[in-house]
Amino acid sequence: MTAYLSDVAALTRKDLLVELRSRDTVPAMLLFVVGGLVVFHFALAEDSSRLASAGMLWIALLFTALLALVRSFVAERDEAVIDGLLLAPCDRSAIWLGKTLSVVAFLALAELVALPAFALFYEPVTWELVAGVALANIGIAAVGTLLGAMAAAARARELLLPLLFMPLAIPLIVGGVGATLAEDPGRYLGFLALYDLIFAILSWASFEYVVTE
Amino acid sequence: MIRARGVGRRFGEKRVLAGVDVDIGDGAFLLVTGPNGAGKTTLLRLIARLIVPTTGEIHVAADRSRIGFLAHEPLVYRELTPLENLELYGRLYRVRERRERIGMLLERFGLWDARHERTDELSRGMLQRLALCRALLHEPELLLLDEPFTALDATGAKLLLDELNHQQGRTIVVASHQPERFGERPTARLSLAPT
Amino acid sequence: MSTSLRNNGAALLSLLAAALLVAGFALAFFWAPEAQGDPAFRIFYLHVPVALTAYAAFGWGGWKALRLLWTRDDRYDLESYVAIHMGVIFGLLTLVTGSVWARYTWGVWWTWDERQLVLFLVLFLFYSAYFMLRFSTPAGPRRARTSAVYALFGVALIPVSFLAIRLAERYIHPVVLTRDPKIESEMLLSFFVCLGGTLALGGALYLVELAGKRADARLRELRELLA
Repeated sequence: MTAYLSDVAALTRKDLLVELRSRDTVPAMLLFVVGGLVVFHFALAEDSSRLASAGMLWIALLFTALLALVRSFVAERDEAVIDGLLLAPCDRSAIWLGKTLSVVAFLALAELVALPAFALFYEPVTWELVAGVALANIGIAAVGTLLGAMAAAARARELLLPLLFMPLAIPLIVGGVGATLAEDPGRYLGFLALYDLIFAILSWASFEYVVTE
Repeated sequence: MIRARGVGRRFGEKRVLAGVDVDIGDGAFLLVTGPNGAGKTTLLRLIARLIVPTTGEIHVAADRSRIGFLAHEPLVYRELTPLENLELYGRLYRVRERRERIGMLLERFGLWDARHERTDELSRGMLQRLALCRALLHEPELLLLDEPFTALDATGAKLLLDELNHQQGRTIVVASHQPERFGERPTARLSLAPT
Repeated sequence: MSTSLRNNGAALLSLLAAALLVAGFALAFFWAPEAQGDPAFRIFYLHVPVALTAYAAFGWGGWKALRLLWTRDDRYDLESYVAIHMGVIFGLLTLVTGSVWARYTWGVWWTWDERQLVLFLVLFLFYSAYFMLRFSTPAGPRRARTSAVYALFGVALIPVSFLAIRLAERYIHPVVLTRDPKIESEMLLSFFVCLGGTLALGGALYLVELAGKRADARLRELRELLA
């Protein structure tokens, strides 16, 4: 257990360090999410309800997450570094967990900018929204990291990943928008937690199968 | 150490390896030769269990923690320094006295002064030396080397051959199209023909 | 020998499917009473069995995917793929029949109020992505395992999406259209005969396509041996 966690910590640390050096992903996510919020102002008709702006926010968060996911295995895919990790004796699921944690960190950084911007441009941010975002991040990162590893073996992987991810993201959008708008947000937060639980376990258990033969 | 019977591998419609038999014991030095496209790299990847055969069977009596693989690519992160890369792998392989071991390898392969440089700023030869350090880091029982002389200068080549000398009890499999450079070291040879 | 036996199985199953479907529709149209207030209700005898057959096919594909991951046996890859292919065909048929039903009952070709229809749209997106994944990954053990994992995610997605669609209705808008005709025992019997028919049809198509794909693979192997 301790050994497993220390593997995960080493792998997450490596991902954060790679991003810190290359600064490829997070700045792009920040710019994209703020740009999205600005574009939505022009897409929403005047007098659109706060309901519409909440939906737009969730779409912006989802598409921003796709940027992180498309980039998630770039460092491993270039020059086959993933082989180096697969050769190492660590449990393969530790590679998934390490990557998932780093994706969660990138998403949180993007939202640290996106949510205040949303509050400034549109509606105040409620604690239900923050809780929904935090829970959705786990699901997005868990499923997206697995799908990212799947797509890494395919041609046209940057195109494939959004297609693989979108149907699986619909429940996350339902939970997130519901938590933001509905009168009983608890039910939707519970649904997000259920989603996280089911798909995190599935992804954790199946990662080894998608990166090895 | 390695036993293969009728091993073949296909990628999609393309067959790259067919009907290979290998039988080598502990401490052997197997030299695999053959022209480009004969499947040398594929054979090494099969032995390392990175891929599985589509026909035949292969058995390797060493688990992942005991195998060192110098691959075609250096398998290091370009954004990290040599020290950071070896630190990462040292942790994953649970190398004891990690710092001393890494320092000793960097010293021996002439990388000590470059240890804090980003890996993508190293020359190809230095990168190959780093890749060697990575493969040797955990003192593997089974060492797999794919074209190890690639990009190495005279000093680098000598360091590599020295490393191959002073290991008793280590099983080595080398794929190379320059068999003469290994002198009398190989105890077994396998010549692959394109399929 | 084994191929001809399997083809015989497919032939028998097709005959069974034809007999059950003819009998089922005859019962549905001439014997079962008309549902009150829904003149287009008879399409129920096609729409729901087709939908259930699609679920069965997706489930079967998921089960074969699980077998593949367990045993590494290649043949489960093809079986899982063919089952999901059938599922997508029946899923598309579900969307079409559902759309026709909506047109005759409510005058619109699409309604977001019909949960099953929305769910099939989500599943159609999901399994189309499954085909994209297969077509853009080189054939081999890696593709087999990747597709199997995605197929298993599909099985998990079905109930989760169903729950999500129910939850979404609460904030999008309340359900205004209801369709709860009283089901009588004649209707139920007709329904089960139709269901048997579509299941048999799905099974027959599955066996036929599987035999065809296996023959293709064998032909390719032979050609390679000759080359």
